[in-house]
Amino acid sequence: MYVAVKGGERAIENAHAWLAEERRGNTDIAELSIAQIREQLSLAVNRVMAEGSLYDPDLAALAIKQARGDLIEAIFLIRAYRTTLPRFGASEPLDTGIMACDRRISATFKDLPGGQVLGPTFDYTHRLLNFKLAADGEVTKAPSRDAETGNVPHVTEFLNREGLMEEAPHDDTPPPDLTREPLEMPADRALRLQALTRADEGFTLGLAYSTQRGYGRNHAFVGELRIGSVPVEMDIPELGFAVEIGEVILTECETVNQFTGSKTEPPQFTRGYGLVFGQTERKAISMALVDRALRWEELGEDNVGAPAQDAEFVLYHADNIQATGFLEHIKLPHYVDFQSELELVRKLRREAGAQQVQEAAE
Amino acid sequence: MQANTLSGGFADPAIGSAHAFRSVMEAMARPGTIQDIEGAAPPAPLSPAMGAVLLTLCDTETPIYLAGDMDCEAARAWLAFHTGAPFVGPAHCMFAVGKWDALAPLAVYPIGTSEYPDRSATLIVECSEFAAGATLTGPGIKDQATLSLPEVEAFQVNRTLFPLGLDFIFTCGERLAALPRSTKVS
Amino acid sequence: MTEYNFAYLDEQTKRMIRRAILKGLAIPGYQVPFASREMPMPYGWGTGGVQVSAAVLTPKDTFKVIDQGADDTTNAVSIRTFFQRTAGVATTTTTSDATVIQTRHRIPEEPLHEGQILVYQVPIPEPLRFLEPRESETRKMHSLEEYGLMHVKLYEDISRHGHIATSYAYPVKVEGRYVMDPSPIPKFDNPKLGDMAAIQLFGAGREQRIYALPPYTQVVSLDFEDHPFEASKADHPCGMCGATDSYLDELIIDDAGGRMFVCSDTDYCEVRQAAGHKRKDAA
Repeated sequence: MYVAVKGGERAIENAHAWLAEERRGNTDIAELSIAQIREQLSLAVNRVMAEGSLYDPDLAALAIKQARGDLIEAIFLIRAYRTTLPRFGASEPLDTGIMACDRRISATFKDLPGGQVLGPTFDYTHRLLNFKLAADGEVTKAPSRDAETGNVPHVTEFLNREGLMEEAPHDDTPPPDLTREPLEMPADRALRLQALTRADEGFTLGLAYSTQRGYGRNHAFVGELRIGSVPVEMDIPELGFAVEIGEVILTECETVNQFTGSKTEPPQFTRGYGLVFGQTERKAISMALVDRALRWEELGEDNVGAPAQDAEFVLYHADNIQATGFLEHIKLPHYVDFQSELELVRKLRREAGAQQVQEAAE
Repeated sequence: MQANTLSGGFADPAIGSAHAFRSVMEAMARPGTIQDIEGAAPPAPLSPAMGAVLLTLCDTETPIYLAGDMDCEAARAWLAFHTGAPFVGPAHCMFAVGKWDALAPLAVYPIGTSEYPDRSATLIVECSEFAAGATLTGPGIKDQATLSLPEVEAFQVNRTLFPLGLDFIFTCGERLAALPRSTKVS
Repeated sequence: MTEYNFAYLDEQTKRMIRRAILKGLAIPGYQVPFASREMPMPYGWGTGGVQVSAAVLTPKDTFKVIDQGADDTTNAVSIRTFFQRTAGVATTTTTSDATVIQTRHRIPEEPLHEGQILVYQVPIPEPLRFLEPRESETRKMHSLEEYGLMHVKLYEDISRHGHIATSYAYPVKVEGRYVMDPSPIPKFDNPKLGDMAAIQLFGAGREQRIYALPPYTQVVSLDFEDHPFEASKADHPCGMCGATDSYLDELIIDDAGGRMFVCSDTDYCEVRQAAGHKRKDAA
């Protein structure tokens, strides 16, 4: 005998209780604090802030804790929180030229004004598991000096002086806001960059890598990569001037790309641009490569049909919150649709069977 | 700033606008029906129904055109305080507010584009009364409905533009009716 | 819940959605772009329907949520609880008592009446999407009323299978103008779309589209003169209430693969059973 399944509500409550228990794990082990996550898993925190589009290390750390370390789940928590926040206004455009750089490298010039600063990078570490860390994570103090202050010129500006670099004219048009207006195609560069900066790191990396392997190749050099803090200023109408409301750590990547010229432009170098919250350099470099690939049309290049050149493809599939939601929704019941498919397939098979019988008889 | 500039909004904005929206939606979904709408007390010449519609639908993202008598200090100040909507000319508005004669000619309002017919203006027309009148047919109407309209021809012309065109909300006291572009008028 | 606004969304977001709903009602079947927000449930799990419900609900409403026709499926339970908490609305499982019904994949069996609103959760709102993946192209096709590709697809089915091989999310034409995706309802439900007394609203959150059918709108399932549209269902009576006119779920009831068919609309089935309709399989 069949009894209709009831008790969805109880099942959900019990699942949530179990989830909470699993999140905590063995209670003999000390619980993680938000501060520990923020300080010791800071690159995870940075990724959650970048793709969550909300600069708040403590909230990002809380999201990581709540999500049991599932970063896409943590990003989702941050996005859903962010969307409920009231908007007080927009900041002035950030000036990365006055960044207090923790890291600044150029792959195109051996030395440059302001110097190369390696900063806290994994780059030249040997990837050997450090078993000492398992027992004792204390460190000796790294040598330090005072941060350089003042303007740190961008490498691309040096090339620009020679006229070798594509012009990037100043533009004060307020950019569209992806989070307040539906995405519309064709998307201009400001909108594309906005989508890319919160795009999934893995997806962006894969696309960028594909351009390097020839799917829309554009010969990128890292003109400059800089990581550091930048003041955020906001215009206060009551005061009549902008005041500093805080600072954010950003990663900025400018690529210099070869360009053989088009009907209207002489051969010169072109730009790809990446700007991402936090220390997120893999993402920033990937973003710059994908940005450059998407610029084929405005630069008069050929569309070779590479995935990274296809703005609709890239922008509609880069958001991991949209992607994971839709992907995972196939776990929901679909028995109504499936039933109608069952009926259809049975009917088609019946008819095909009947036809075969008839053909055999003829 | 006048005292009545600050007053006259919904007592509870979330609840007040939820009820008001249902009235507007029912009116737009069922052309020819008259719906009650309350909760707003704007300064004259805005009627309570007009005020409620504007509070429900307008904010800083919706440019409003005030036509004729409606373009007065009292209405501007009240709308600026309660909605923050920018005031613009008829060619760039999302909502136009006025009596029928003051809103003419209709040809100046945006009617949308073939790819985005929704990028069109909604005209909110202040009326002196609701009565039976023109015959309406189309989506939202079971067989036919009637509604007193300031004229017939303008709505017939508007219907020929479908799916482009203008949508209309008529307000009178604490009541409203609507006429979407899909309605055939005779 | 005091920390969130009535019905969760902030007022500016609700105004934006409400404006989109009005445009949708004014242009039946046209997909209005809207700036969908991240919701506290995943995209693909009803965020479009939830945003539409949040924009139309008032505290006086009685709210019903169904998924696959059933009130007790986990996602229906989750969405119903969400609005109980954030909007304080009364909830019901009785179709006729509800003023707002949010649904995934079904239209209730019992005819809806004036004063009711049916909110659909829509995964892919674009009926042409599987024929043309580009939004820029499908938008052009709608603007030019260029639906030839859809007819070609359906006709290819006929020549290959002898039937149109679309059994759910079966495309319809609204008021002779827009081809519309009715959401993944079984085509059995398609005839209920047209001339319905209730307002029908469709929300696609991830795809950022809202569309609508006002009451008594003409909705025609696409077909051909020699292959007219046919609403189909399993050719059985319900094993619980004996109904022969309702859409049925097929259940596997034993290890030998024994099967049983029961109403997918749980409320319809329960009301019938309470009225004394029973089948031999029922308790």
